[in-house]
Amino acid sequence: MSRGGFWSVAGAVAWRNAHNFFSNPAMIVPAMLFPLFFFTAFAGGLSRVDSVPGFDYDAGYTTFVYGFVLLQAATFGGIFTGFSVARDFESGFSRRLMLAAPRRGGIVAGYWLAALMRAIFTIALITAVALVAGLAIDGNAVDLVGLYTLAVIVNAAAMLFGTGIAMRLRTMQAGPAMQTPAFLFLFLAPVWVPYDLLTGWVQGAASVNPVTLVLESGRGFLAGDPTEVLPAFAVALVLAAVTVLWARGGLRSAERVA
Amino acid sequence: MTEAVRSAVDSGLPRQVGMLARRSVLRTMRQPAMVVPSLVFPLLLLSINSSGLESTTQLPGFPTDNYLDFALAIAFVQGALFSANSAGTNVANDIESGFLNRLSLTPLRRMALMMGQLAGILALGVIQAVTFLLVGVAFGAGIEAGLPGAIVIVLMSLTISAAFGCIGAFVALRSGTGEAVQGIFPLLFAALFLSSMALPRDLIEINWFQTVATYNPVSYMLEGIRSLVITGWDGEALALGFACAVGLALIALVAASSALRTRMVRT
Amino acid sequence: MSGAAIEASDLVRDFKKGPRAVDGIDLRVEPGEVYGFLGPNGAGKSTTVHMLTTLLPPTSGSARVAGHDVVTEGPAVRAAIGAALQEAALDPFLTGREHMTLQTALHGMRGTAARDRGEELIARVGLSQAADRRVGGYSGGMKRRLDLALALVHRPRILFLDEPTTGLDVQSRTSLWEEVGRLAADRGVTVFLTTQYLEEADVLADRVGIIHKGAIVAEGTPEALKAEIGRPSVEAVPAEREDLPRMKQVLARFGESVPGSPKAVAVRLDGGDAQLAEVVRALDAEDIHVEHLQLHAPTLDDVFLSKTGRSLEGEAEEETADEEEEPEPTEAVAA
Repeated sequence: MSRGGFWSVAGAVAWRNAHNFFSNPAMIVPAMLFPLFFFTAFAGGLSRVDSVPGFDYDAGYTTFVYGFVLLQAATFGGIFTGFSVARDFESGFSRRLMLAAPRRGGIVAGYWLAALMRAIFTIALITAVALVAGLAIDGNAVDLVGLYTLAVIVNAAAMLFGTGIAMRLRTMQAGPAMQTPAFLFLFLAPVWVPYDLLTGWVQGAASVNPVTLVLESGRGFLAGDPTEVLPAFAVALVLAAVTVLWARGGLRSAERVA
Repeated sequence: MTEAVRSAVDSGLPRQVGMLARRSVLRTMRQPAMVVPSLVFPLLLLSINSSGLESTTQLPGFPTDNYLDFALAIAFVQGALFSANSAGTNVANDIESGFLNRLSLTPLRRMALMMGQLAGILALGVIQAVTFLLVGVAFGAGIEAGLPGAIVIVLMSLTISAAFGCIGAFVALRSGTGEAVQGIFPLLFAALFLSSMALPRDLIEINWFQTVATYNPVSYMLEGIRSLVITGWDGEALALGFACAVGLALIALVAASSALRTRMVRT
Repeated sequence: MSGAAIEASDLVRDFKKGPRAVDGIDLRVEPGEVYGFLGPNGAGKSTTVHMLTTLLPPTSGSARVAGHDVVTEGPAVRAAIGAALQEAALDPFLTGREHMTLQTALHGMRGTAARDRGEELIARVGLSQAADRRVGGYSGGMKRRLDLALALVHRPRILFLDEPTTGLDVQSRTSLWEEVGRLAADRGVTVFLTTQYLEEADVLADRVGIIHKGAIVAEGTPEALKAEIGRPSVEAVPAEREDLPRMKQVLARFGESVPGSPKAVAVRLDGGDAQLAEVVRALDAEDIHVEHLQLHAPTLDDVFLSKTGRSLEGEAEEETADEEEEPEPTEAVAA
C-alpha cells in the first residue's frame, strides 16, 4: 500500500478529532481551564515557596511552576485523546474507521496528530498567560527547542498509552485506567518544590520516577541551564517506544473484534 | 403543635423523608465507583502534598512544623466536592430515567425529596470525615482541640458536604443532565484552589491571589477546620468557618429547592 | 359531572422552542374502556399523557380525569390514576422489592397491608424470583412489568400506559397485553394506552384515537375505522422474478400501489374483494405465473394513510432515522 494511503488516513482521523475538539465547548473549555488554573493556583498561591531555604531555582517560582504545567498539559493532552479513542469505540465509530482505512496504523497516527494539535493549542495558551503573569525564560532558542521537543515526545507517549488502553477496553469506563497512572507519574515528581526539598516517601518515589528526569530537564531548559538532557531524552524516547508497542498491541486487539 | 407541623405529620412527611433518606443512603452505598474515589483521591493528594510541601513549614510565620496538620483540612473540602458530584449525578439520573416523574405522581412532598437527598449526602460525608480523621491521626496529625474538636471537625465537614451536595443537586435540577454536573467540577475545584488551600493567607505573596482567597468562603471553611487541628479552640476561625459553611449550605438548599419546584412541575 | 373517566376539551400544549406539540385535542374515555392513542414518534402522544397525568400544565384547553380538573385538582387526579410512562423510571440500585416498599410507603400504606399489597403485585407480574435482585440487572420486559406493578399499588381506577411495549420482545409484549386485558376485563380499570404499534391498538383497544402532528385525525373502534376505508389490498409474488415489472403494470389497473415486500406487488383494490377474480384473470392473460397471492383486509395503517397521506410505519421509520446521529462528544475532567 502506498505511503499516501497511510497519511491520508492519518490526516482524515486527525481532522475529525481536531474538529470535534475545537468545535465542542464541552471538550475545549476543560482542556484550557484545567492547566490554566493549576498554573494560577500554584504560581499564585505558592509563590512564597521560593523563600524556603534551599530553593535554588534562579528563574523564579512562576517559571518553576510553568515547567510542571507544561508537562501536565502535554501529558493530559495525550490522555484526553485516549478518551476520544475510547468514545469512538463505544459509539461504534471505530468500526467504521477500521473498515474504511487501508492502513490501520494510519488511524493511530491520526490520533497522534490530533493529540499534538491539542497539546500545541493548550501549551500556546498557557505560555501566553504565563508570560503575562511574569514567566521568565532564561533559556535561548536551542533550549526552547529542546524543551518543546521533550513536551512533544511526552505528549506522544501519553497518547499512545491512552490509545493502547482504549483499544483494549473499548469503553469510556477506561478513563480512570488512563488518568490514574498519568496522574501518579506526574504528581510523584518534584511538582511544587525541587527534588532536594522533597521529604518522606514522595522523595523516594520521585527518585525512581522517570518523569522527574524529564521535569528537571525541562526546568533546566527554561532556566538556560540544561541539566540531565541526555538521560531525560533517553527516558522520554524509551517511554515513547514502549508505548508505541503498547498501542500496536491495542490495535491488534481491536482488529480481532472489528 | 403548630398547624404547619400538624399538617406535615398528618401528610406522612416524616415517613416520606425516612423512606427517601433510606433510598438515598442505599443508593450511595451501592455505588462503590462513587464512594471509593471520594475517599482515596483526597487521601492520596493529602499524602503527596504533605511530603511534597513539608519544606514550606520552614517559612517564617508558618503556623505548624508538620504540613500534614496544615493540609488535613483540604481532604474534607475535597471530599465535599465529590459529594457535589455524587449528589448531582444521582439527581440527574433520576431526571433522565424518569424516576422523578414517578415520584411526582405520588403524594410525595418536595421537601421530603430534598431532605431525603441530603441524607445520602450526609451518609457519605460521615464516612469521609471519619476516614480522613482516623487516617490523618494515624499518620501523625495531632488534633489540638482533642476529641471534642474532632467531633466539631466532623460537624463542619458535614455542613460543607451538605453545601456542595446541594450545589450539585441544584445544577442537576436546573439542567436535567449529568453532563452539566460534571461540567461544574472544574469550577468547584477552582474555588478550592483559589483559597488558602496550600499556604496560610498571610503567606500568599501575590496580591490578587491573596485578595481572592480572602473573599473566598472556602478559605474560611479550611481555616475553621485547620484551627481545631493546629491551634485548638479559636472562636473567630470557628465562627467564620461555620458561618461560611452554613451560609453556603442554606443558599444552596434554597436554590436546589426552588429548582426542584420548577423541575417537578405538577399541577 | 359528565361521568367520563377522562375527557379533554381543546387541549393545547406549546413549547418555547419548537412547533405546537398538542393542537386542540378533544376526547372522551368512558369508565372501564381501553382507549388506544395511536400515532408515530413526535405526534404528541406523550405530551398529551403528561398533561392528563398532571405532569405538564396545558397551554390552553381543559381536561378532567376521574372527575377532577387536571390543573386545579392535581392531587385528587393523582390519587385516582396510575401511570407507567415511556421510560421504565426505575432506580437501578434498588431491588424490585425495595421499589415496592418505597412506592407503598409514598402512597401512605403501612405495615402488613403495604407488605401484602407489594407481594401480591410482585407475584402478579411474575417477578417473585427476581424481587430481591437489583433492577439494574433486569431485562427490559422485567422492568416494564415492575413499572406496571408500581403503577397499580394504590388500586387506581384509571391507568395511563405510555408506549408500554416499545423495545420489548414478542413474549414480553404478549405477557404485558394479557395483564392489561385482565385489568380492564376483570377489574374494570380504565386504560389509556399510547402506542405506535398497530397490532397493539388492534388487540387491546376498545376504541382508538389516531393522532398526527398534535391533533386527532380519526377516532372510533378499530373495526369501524377500518370499515371506513373499506377497500382491501391484494399482494402478489411472481414465480419468476423477471415478471415483477409486468405484474406491477397489470395490477396498477386495479388500484393504487401500497407499500409491501420488495419481491411482491401490492395494490389497494378500487372495486373491493370482488375484483380478486379479475386480478387473477388479468395476470393469467399476460401469462404471468403467480407464486403467492393474498388478500389483506384494511389495517389501521391504511386508516392513518387515508387521513394523513402517509403510512404510520413509514412515519415511525423516518422519525427514528432523524434521531440517529453521531453522539455528542463530552470531555472528562482530570482530577
